[in-house]
Amino acid sequence: MTKDSDYISKKKFMEVLGRYRKGSITRRHFLNVTGLGAATAVMGAAMPGLRPSPAFAGGNIGDRVVLATWPNYHDPSNFEAFTEATGAHVQVNVFGSNEEMLAKLQAGATGWDVYVPTNYTISTYVDEGLIEPLDTSKLSNYDASAFDARYAEAGSVDGTLYAVPKDWGSTGMAVNTAHNDGKPISSWKEFFDISRDKFSGRSMVHDYQLTTIGSALNYFGYSFNSVDEAELADAEKLLIDVKPHLFAITSDYQPSMRNGDAWLTICWSGDGKQLNTDIPEIHYVLGAEGGEIWSDYYAIPKGAPHSDAAYALINFLLDPTVNAKEVVAHGYPTADARTFALLPDELKNDPILFPAQELLSPLEFGAAATLTDPNRAELMARFKSA
Amino acid sequence: MTQRTRNWLLLAPAGTWFLVMLIIPLTVVLIFSFGERAPAGGVVPAFTLEQYANLPARWAAFKNTMTLAPIGTLSALVIAYPLAYFLAVKVDPKWRTILLVLVIVPFWTSILIRSYAWIFLLGGRGIPALLGWFGMEGVRLINTPFAVLVGIIYGYLPLMVFPIYVSLDKLDKKLLEASSDLGAKPWRTFLQITLPLSIPGIATGCMLVFILLMGEYLIPAMLGGGKVFFVGNALVDLFLQSRNWAYGSAVAVTLVVVMLVTVTVYMRLINRLGANRDDVSIM
Repeated sequence: MTKDSDYISKKKFMEVLGRYRKGSITRRHFLNVTGLGAATAVMGAAMPGLRPSPAFAGGNIGDRVVLATWPNYHDPSNFEAFTEATGAHVQVNVFGSNEEMLAKLQAGATGWDVYVPTNYTISTYVDEGLIEPLDTSKLSNYDASAFDARYAEAGSVDGTLYAVPKDWGSTGMAVNTAHNDGKPISSWKEFFDISRDKFSGRSMVHDYQLTTIGSALNYFGYSFNSVDEAELADAEKLLIDVKPHLFAITSDYQPSMRNGDAWLTICWSGDGKQLNTDIPEIHYVLGAEGGEIWSDYYAIPKGAPHSDAAYALINFLLDPTVNAKEVVAHGYPTADARTFALLPDELKNDPILFPAQELLSPLEFGAAATLTDPNRAELMARFKSA
Repeated sequence: MTQRTRNWLLLAPAGTWFLVMLIIPLTVVLIFSFGERAPAGGVVPAFTLEQYANLPARWAAFKNTMTLAPIGTLSALVIAYPLAYFLAVKVDPKWRTILLVLVIVPFWTSILIRSYAWIFLLGGRGIPALLGWFGMEGVRLINTPFAVLVGIIYGYLPLMVFPIYVSLDKLDKKLLEASSDLGAKPWRTFLQITLPLSIPGIATGCMLVFILLMGEYLIPAMLGGGKVFFVGNALVDLFLQSRNWAYGSAVAVTLVVVMLVTVTVYMRLINRLGANRDDVSIM
């Protein structure tokens, strides 16, 4: 396993990173399989200290801050501005899934200062003692009242604030309508049925238990978060039945959607936005039965080595001007009203970023039990190795 | 300093390395494999054989690995042997170094980047599109066992070429002349002189490639689209996604045992093959 990251030199990493940014290759799970996260840490570690540290109003916060996050998720120029302002370089560690982030933190000594957990994972981090409570006096740009509560409430557990909102999004599907007489599809039922019929060999599901099992549960009208054994058994039957018809089980679905090998995929809204912008016949739709709505947060892991720098970075990224640039870069909606006001009009009115309320209402937030349920984890692993 | 002390001192670095990097981690994995999954993932100590009892759930991964690793090894051998033969015997010595360097050049680029190139080549706009021009429509290559096999052969070919090249290079050309003088046809000379004398190289190359293939993870993940699943992929899932360290450890221990058994049998066979000849032994 470790040999994969050994293959990556700093230069190689920069090349691949450049391709990520252009969107020619993508997203979460790619990094999960390649171990690129480790390579970035190496790259970043070689950089700090090369430049002089300018004075920073917040005092000396050290020469670096380590951020564990998702791919395509930030505007790099914001990090440069942060370094200009504080003298601390941002080392970016890129991850593939919440499961992987949790696994790394459970194994201990990650060296991260800031990470980006998704709503449903935070209570588990609290239970496991892996997350620091946040001291809001160090976050002058955090204004609780500016955030839509739906996308902020998971950051607090038992009245203690552990995480502040970054952005939110939905998990739906992207369909290339050119292969379906110009028609999009509209439900998970249709998704799995067409995958075994007209779209056989052309569909993809995520390499991610939450969304893949969740969508299969939605097919039957069950809850996205179900951990009921009978319902999971139905979902497993469906997935195993669909498997021979799938083009791939991958969370790195943009390349095959772009080159036309695949016509349909489970899709995060930001990817849907990117695909639709470049190839208009690829539509992003939400399943009529439901699906996932999620929000990501900034948090500080227990034992973060550069705590001051962690607060400085989170505070910097919460600045509405900075955050607006982030949204333009990653294409996911913000929960911060101050940031929203600064967005260009076409983003404010974008139906993929901000779907109509009636489309959002059947969606569910992932639940903590969905993350930790051993049966769901094992079901996914069985489906993949079947 | 006595001879004995000196020997111990000389052994110390390698011994420490093996202890810290091999024996201790393997022991930890063995202990974990008798444990249970902790509620939020990880492992709690226990003494149960439950994880081993559950092994059949990963049968497909073992089957894929145990099928594609030997096929990949043999295919690499079939492709590598003529190349090594050409380099060692046929080619003009002044080109030899350059050609050998060309065999290594791909190693200068990460296998990850090269696998991405294969994703494009095997994807719908690559080789299948080319075949389409010749009337073969609808060929599907990417995300199939074939794609994984192509990636494996491509990735591991140099590891097969070099040992064979070395054994052929050392081959005393006078033997070939003698064989020819005594009236043997070239084909017979190859079968009776060249091939037997290159068995050490073949054995080493196959061993190198096979052992690495048994633990392969990246190529199936990238060219198999998550549908061609090796034990290595199952392990990554168990540790990073399911976070079932106990079960993952049991699968890992099983893989190590399977490998040990296979390699032992293989070495026995090779040694028996070489028993009649003093000059043939593995590595």
